[in-house]
Amino acid sequence: MWEQVSSNQTRSVVLVAAMGVLLLLLGYFLGLFFFGSGVGGLIIALIVWAIMNLVAFFQGDNILLSLSRAKKISRDEHPRLYNVVEEMKIASGLEKMPDIYIIDDPALNAFATGRNSNRAAVAITSGLLQKLNRDELQGVIGHEIAHIKNRDVLLMAISAVLLGTIVILAWHASRILFYSGMAGTRRSSSSKGGSGQIIILAVALVLMILAPIMARLIYFAISRKREYLADASSALYTRYPEGLASALEKLAASDIQLQTANKATAPMYIINPFRKRGMAASDLTSTHPPISERIHILRSMAGGASYFDYAQAYQQVHKTGRSILPASALATGAVSLRAARAEVAGEEPDKLQRARETSDLLWRRSGYKSITCDCGARLRVPPGFKAPSVKCPHCGRINLA
Amino acid sequence: MIAVYIGIIIVLVLLIVFIATYNRLVRLRNQVKNAWAQIDVQLKRRYDLIPNLVETVKGYMQHERETMEAVTKARNLAQQLSSSGAGERAKAEGELSSALARLLAVAERYPDLKANQNFLALQEELTSTENKISFSRQFYNDSVLHYNNQTQMFPSNVVAGMTGFKAGEFFEVPKADEREAPTVKFT
Repeated sequence: MWEQVSSNQTRSVVLVAAMGVLLLLLGYFLGLFFFGSGVGGLIIALIVWAIMNLVAFFQGDNILLSLSRAKKISRDEHPRLYNVVEEMKIASGLEKMPDIYIIDDPALNAFATGRNSNRAAVAITSGLLQKLNRDELQGVIGHEIAHIKNRDVLLMAISAVLLGTIVILAWHASRILFYSGMAGTRRSSSSKGGSGQIIILAVALVLMILAPIMARLIYFAISRKREYLADASSALYTRYPEGLASALEKLAASDIQLQTANKATAPMYIINPFRKRGMAASDLTSTHPPISERIHILRSMAGGASYFDYAQAYQQVHKTGRSILPASALATGAVSLRAARAEVAGEEPDKLQRARETSDLLWRRSGYKSITCDCGARLRVPPGFKAPSVKCPHCGRINLA
Repeated sequence: MIAVYIGIIIVLVLLIVFIATYNRLVRLRNQVKNAWAQIDVQLKRRYDLIPNLVETVKGYMQHERETMEAVTKARNLAQQLSSSGAGERAKAEGELSSALARLLAVAERYPDLKANQNFLALQEELTSTENKISFSRQFYNDSVLHYNNQTQMFPSNVVAGMTGFKAGEFFEVPKADEREAPTVKFT
């Protein structure tokens, strides 16, 4: 049941192929239009595409992580987060433990990156880390690990590069046309071609305008599809859809926007970082399905935690007969749900403890040392602190720095 | 002449299918083995954590000697059975899980203990190890199911029968209420 999903991405692959065809068409007609040679245009388009691919392949994850100012953390710095990621790694059957990053941002979000499962990373904002309890964290991390396991990161990188290339080509072509419009007209007046030239001009113009829009719509469609699959996988790994559902509920309730997100990296996040509060309509220009709908589907999974149950819940919510997941993924045995963990105070850190844990981690990351005085007060010692000891402002005891 | 060619082509196709099926079975069997190793790692990790836990808890819980001894006993028994088959082992590990759950539940009654950093860290480790055990078991059982399906379903069962692939054994914990990680209940 595990490998079928990664191999069955036919529909996504078809969409990616459509973007590729769009790129080739654009290149061909722009070439025909600007220097009378379609092949020349094709070659330019492919060169631009190849360069962008190389950059994305070798630097994509680093660029993404440094753009979002994510900091890598180790096991000792946040054992619970590390453990949850490891649990999900085991549940998904991923071979290598992904790196874990924290983004110091009050916004609630998380993303996964890495071109293959051996070089993967998951990142989570400090805001989200302190908001979620263990089950919810598991659901979110399960969703991110699913993006890695289902190869969504690679798929989205390929489509993002295609989209980027199309946008860049169309943009530069329109600039050239706009600022040196004369060049084009001179060419067409010197050549004898009448109607043929006009048709090429028309096709090139239409493609220039429509290709980026169409590519974007395809890109968003791929992205939304992968989100559903990642939600389904998360439910399958944790056997507890309610965890992710309640995490999404918390995410939906917050309207702090992630400062470091940008449009290109949006599909990588667990929820759309540009989402406006209360936006419910599922429109074509969204990278993610509406959160309320995702929650609704997860909560409708009454029978079990398999992909089949998720697909059924989807059909029930949408009242359609169309399946959202690839058919081969559905042919699996029954997967029973896990019972809810008894909610007991003190069993796991509460909200305040989680907030303290996260802020401690961030202080330590910036070089501060934390000393617990015997009276219970906690002193933070800045990185450049020279004196051998500090006096506690509460009780006056002398603590060694 | 054409019949000979067709015959050769059919034989070649059959051979390719045979090789592909055989390789898939090998891959699945390795995945099962690998998944089993994962469970093993987590169970060993639990054996290692328990003495630490008992040591930490001892000072606080003098009146709970029985509970502590039950955990130690269950751990030693499970460790002894660690080389036996999946079924027997699952039973011993299930008992260890419930003994451990009882100890952690009792620990809730000792506020001093719950303030102990060492205990909190151990508790996190144990909770997570329990989760990892159940997740690795989940993955193992899914892998076994997939592998068994392949060894029993036509046409791959023909290849499996010829080359001696045997069905794998599931790792099931006996009682239904032990399927989840130890939860702390006040009932």
